[in-house]
Amino acid sequence: MAQEILSFIERKSPVHSLSGATKLIIFILYSTAAMLTYDTRVLLGLLVISIAIFIVSKIRIREIGFIMAFILAFLLLNNIAIYIFSPQEGVKIYGSSHVLFEIVGRYNVTLEQLFYHLNITLKYFVVIPAALLFIVTTHPSEFAASLNKIGVNYKIAYSVSLALRYIPDIQRDFRTIAQAQQARGIDISRKEKLLKRLKNASSIIFPLIFSTLNRIEVISNAMELRRFGKKKNRTWYNEKPFRKADYIVLVAGSLILVLSLVITFYDGSRFYNPFL
Amino acid sequence: MKRLSIKTIVAIGIGAAVFFVLAKFVAIPTGIPNTTIQTSYAFLALMAVVFGPIAGALIGFIGHTLNDALSYGSVWWSWVIVSLFIGLFIGLLARRIDVGNGEFGKKQIISFNVIQAVIQAIGWGVLAPILDVIIYAEPANKVFAQGIFAGISNIITVGIIGTILLAAYAKTRTKSNSLTKE
Repeated sequence: MAQEILSFIERKSPVHSLSGATKLIIFILYSTAAMLTYDTRVLLGLLVISIAIFIVSKIRIREIGFIMAFILAFLLLNNIAIYIFSPQEGVKIYGSSHVLFEIVGRYNVTLEQLFYHLNITLKYFVVIPAALLFIVTTHPSEFAASLNKIGVNYKIAYSVSLALRYIPDIQRDFRTIAQAQQARGIDISRKEKLLKRLKNASSIIFPLIFSTLNRIEVISNAMELRRFGKKKNRTWYNEKPFRKADYIVLVAGSLILVLSLVITFYDGSRFYNPFL
Repeated sequence: MKRLSIKTIVAIGIGAAVFFVLAKFVAIPTGIPNTTIQTSYAFLALMAVVFGPIAGALIGFIGHTLNDALSYGSVWWSWVIVSLFIGLFIGLLARRIDVGNGEFGKKQIISFNVIQAVIQAIGWGVLAPILDVIIYAEPANKVFAQGIFAGISNIITVGIIGTILLAAYAKTRTKSNSLTKE
């Protein structure tokens, strides 16, 4: 139950002082670039930029170590699963086969397959620093303001901020209920059988969900009394105005996206093929 | 957007938070990598039926994005879109189930389960793998196996927990025409 989640880390750095909207836009541009490309050169370039920004942000690896361990485990499992299901995927994509050694049946190790796995892993590594940084350097209350600024309806932006605001509360409720139920002998750990665990889990979920429905009632009444949503716009207490640095970063970010797409697609394929 | 009531907005916010907590703490591992039995989808189905398609779609989208971002550090967009799809369509199709008036009998149970099974089968079995292949260029048979497995386990969890949740919710509502003249 001691799982940790990422949260805002207060610090003075150029990345922290950027407006939340800028970081959100850059994060979106960056993930789009990393999502679309499979070009190893572009991925490596993006990775270098990611690491550079990470160093500038003064966030220490130690502070996000737990999540890195999680991601590495996830990546490893994913790579193994891909290999088991499709050991010839690389050969299919790159259209050639340099066999290093055979294992059994269709399972052999080819340079193409290794290269494909390298690309999948890189693709992941490129996005991680951007996403992590966005989360740990943007204050949650500023996040709603940023969403609103990039054109999301303020009511939706407000519900995102409600979600962020209430996650700790609901987590605490969940712990209380789970401990109360465990004190009564209801076990949801690995020791129980799967079906029994499912049944036990629901005895925690039910009180949690019904207390939530009440909470929705209370909060919406409070907001209604304060005339929420009667006007077209609203102002945000935590909004940061755009400064020169924001414009520079935005222009640079867009250039990187365009450049990476051009490099990726000018030869007509998402993949960079070193085997030709 | 004008018609978005305050209650829906709050339901989206709090719903996404609960979805996040459930996905994080009450997910039961199955042994297949990155695939767990998600109790959060039963909750999503309940919220979609009670608060409508917009709430369902946004709870799925925001909740899933937050969970991916805060616990993995990056967002697996193809599956996030599936959560949005499931919330939206369960909300749309289950409109006829008038659970707010305390009606949740055999007929409603059957139609709810048919709706959720069909939508989740499309979502996990077709939409998720196709998006995985398009966005991440993963091997088709791997993502289809993952998708089908997630689909089956989610259909069963929503079928059991979701149905019980809705029935319990209906009991907390006052039935219309429930008063009799003495």
